Amino acid sequence: MIYFDNSATTQVYLAALDTYEKVSKEIWGNPSSLHKLGDRSHQLLEASRKQMADLLGVQPYEIFFTSSGSESDNWALKGTALAKKEFGNHIITSSVEHAAVSNSVRALEDLGFRVTVLPVDKDGRVDPDDLKAALDHETILVSIMGVNNEVGSIQPIKEISQILEDYPNVTFHVDNVQALGKNIWSEVFTPRVDLMSLSSHKFHAPRGVGILYKKAGKMIKPLIDGGGQEKALRSSTENLPAIAATAKAMRLYLEDEKKNAEQEAKVREKIIAYLKDKPGIHIFSQDNDKFAPSILCFALEGIRGETLVHTLEDKGIFTSTTSACSSRSGVEGSTLSAMKVDDSIATGAIRLSFDPSNTLEEADKFIDIFDDIYQHFAEINHLK
Amino acid sequence: MQYTEVMVRYGELSTKGKNRKDFIGRLAGNITKLLNDFPEVEIHPKHDRMHIVLNGAPFEEIDQRLKRVFGIQTYSPTIKVEKNLDAIKKASLELMQATFEDGMTFKVNTRRSDHDFEYDTNQLNSIIGDYLFANMDNLKVQMKKPDLVLRIEVRNDAIYISNQLLKGAGGMPVGTAGKAVMMLSGGIDSPVASYLALKRGVDIEMVHFFSPPYTTDKALAKAKELTGILANYSGKINFIAVPFAEIQEQIKEKLPEGYLMTIQRRFMLQLADRIREMRGGLAIFNGESVGQVASQTLESMVAINDVTSTPVLRPVATMDKTEIIKLAEDIGTFDLSIEPFEDCCTIFAPPRPKTKPKLDEARKLEDRLDVEGLIQRALDGIEITPIYPNQKFMDDQAQIDMDLL
Repeated sequence: MIYFDNSATTQVYLAALDTYEKVSKEIWGNPSSLHKLGDRSHQLLEASRKQMADLLGVQPYEIFFTSSGSESDNWALKGTALAKKEFGNHIITSSVEHAAVSNSVRALEDLGFRVTVLPVDKDGRVDPDDLKAALDHETILVSIMGVNNEVGSIQPIKEISQILEDYPNVTFHVDNVQALGKNIWSEVFTPRVDLMSLSSHKFHAPRGVGILYKKAGKMIKPLIDGGGQEKALRSSTENLPAIAATAKAMRLYLEDEKKNAEQEAKVREKIIAYLKDKPGIHIFSQDNDKFAPSILCFALEGIRGETLVHTLEDKGIFTSTTSACSSRSGVEGSTLSAMKVDDSIATGAIRLSFDPSNTLEEADKFIDIFDDIYQHFAEINHLK
Repeated sequence: MQYTEVMVRYGELSTKGKNRKDFIGRLAGNITKLLNDFPEVEIHPKHDRMHIVLNGAPFEEIDQRLKRVFGIQTYSPTIKVEKNLDAIKKASLELMQATFEDGMTFKVNTRRSDHDFEYDTNQLNSIIGDYLFANMDNLKVQMKKPDLVLRIEVRNDAIYISNQLLKGAGGMPVGTAGKAVMMLSGGIDSPVASYLALKRGVDIEMVHFFSPPYTTDKALAKAKELTGILANYSGKINFIAVPFAEIQEQIKEKLPEGYLMTIQRRFMLQLADRIREMRGGLAIFNGESVGQVASQTLESMVAINDVTSTPVLRPVATMDKTEIIKLAEDIGTFDLSIEPFEDCCTIFAPPRPKTKPKLDEARKLEDRLDVEGLIQRALDGIEITPIYPNQKFMDDQAQIDMDLL
């Protein structure tokens, strides 16, 4: 089996699973309980928070736990909009955001917020000048992702941060769910970033833990009210086994970050070298430092992405189409359509997403198998 | 590179006239105790410096401990070499290479007490300077305030070479200022006050009030563990736990709420004073900071201090909270101090304590209690525990659990 779908989810590390199991069995007290069982859980919870904060280069009190990356995105946007609505009602985002952001923005639009959706260029990147032009005195929030989940383009977070230096009252959120561990952290997480979302299962932790970094002092309303956990900003009993496992997985995942990113880049480079200049193949993830090394999105003209995914699956290779839905309407909201890729080509797109555990041998095997598929479909489609 | 000895300079001791010998003796004793798990180390206290001969002991570990010894102003790890030029060159180069970072400036500073040595100070300065220059890249000479000073001391027995001047903890050797008791709660201020008392050479014993079942074992363990951190600066510290619950219950039951705090504090100070007397101490230290809480207004201090004429010293009296916190962080007690366990000062804290209690009123109210009986029973219940540097008392389960992350 070759697993090239790591942007969808990663396989949980056995070491993280071990932590999950041990914590579930032994450290099962409620962290809010006063007795010593609760105290032990509380200490482990805070140690997990500190470890993650240290790894991310922030303070422990700036880390909040949620139940998913989507919740972190929802909270960041809705929580900020509700907290700051007296100061303005304008929100800026991009046309290539994950649905957790774009649908949150849509929901806020229904509540009366004014929204500007920035276009992207052919590489899926926002033009910082467009952002500059969109900012006005009503703007309260800007949300731009770090790494695009469909084609892997890295957004110009540094340049945007620079622009936002002149707008200190605008809250800046970055969805970095796809950006952790790709050796590009300083590109996608600057001191100007106020809020930032991460998701556990993208780095080999069990699913069910989202992280929201919230810079100290930034206003946000809770979306979940209750017992007052997480400084009363995100109630509900903490998922300690998964949180501890997430702290562990994050440590392991970031240990050899540079080497890991290089490994992903090598695998990607090899496959790109093969795909390049093949008639009928369109590569959307460029082989340069504007793209994360973990994602390779391309299309085979005339063949639906879904068909490709299943054909590859039959040969033991697991990949994705770029959007969950392969119908016409699915393409419409996608990154590729925002990049102005023709629908007829966009429907043929698939996404390979890599992990440091993927090898060059796997790349060779993929090329071997794909080449047969390609020859077959190329003939049918008269691509040669 | 293997350092052969550490040269220790005393600093403030030089002003102490004929007591100097006692101070040096005490410092040598303190260092000996601190390094007693390195039997190979020899300590030679001299009039103007102390030489700690390492005999192979690792300097890095010795360094960690010397950093915290009060009475040391500065110290330098040193290499002892034979009295010939090649040996000086070799050791100088090794030292410089070990400590040099790109772009640093240096100079050579020779001192000669053996005037029979074939080279004089100027000759040695230039020979060794030239040699280093020829053998290291990017080295710059600077006479005024260089980053590194290579010191070469030509003495009768050998030549001593060093190039680092490390800052010691300063202050006076613990024990040179006599004994006292310290009123240690579990908070931020009293550990800082303890540190400052130790720094002035006072040999302290901790007096800690605890009130089971109102306070937990953890609160007691926390105070003990704080003592363990402070013991890094003095060696062993005795920890005296005084049961206080009966006194608090009696006060709560029989006296009006506004004076609960004042009377409790009067009892604490009296108990501390009695323990001081029993233990042969000369003074009482505490962590009071003027105006910080109701019991620390000047009016309160008058009403509380009334129970004794023993000197009550308050090292953090005039410090701001932020200054105290900064020092607590520096000495390593802060993280433990902020662990939230109820202590005996908070469990019966009245909601509206008098910030300006009247002395006469306090005396009159206290007379309603069997003061002597209560104090005697508390003294009968004290427990004394010797506590050693870094000794742990808290549940260290958390540390074990950390391995899961």
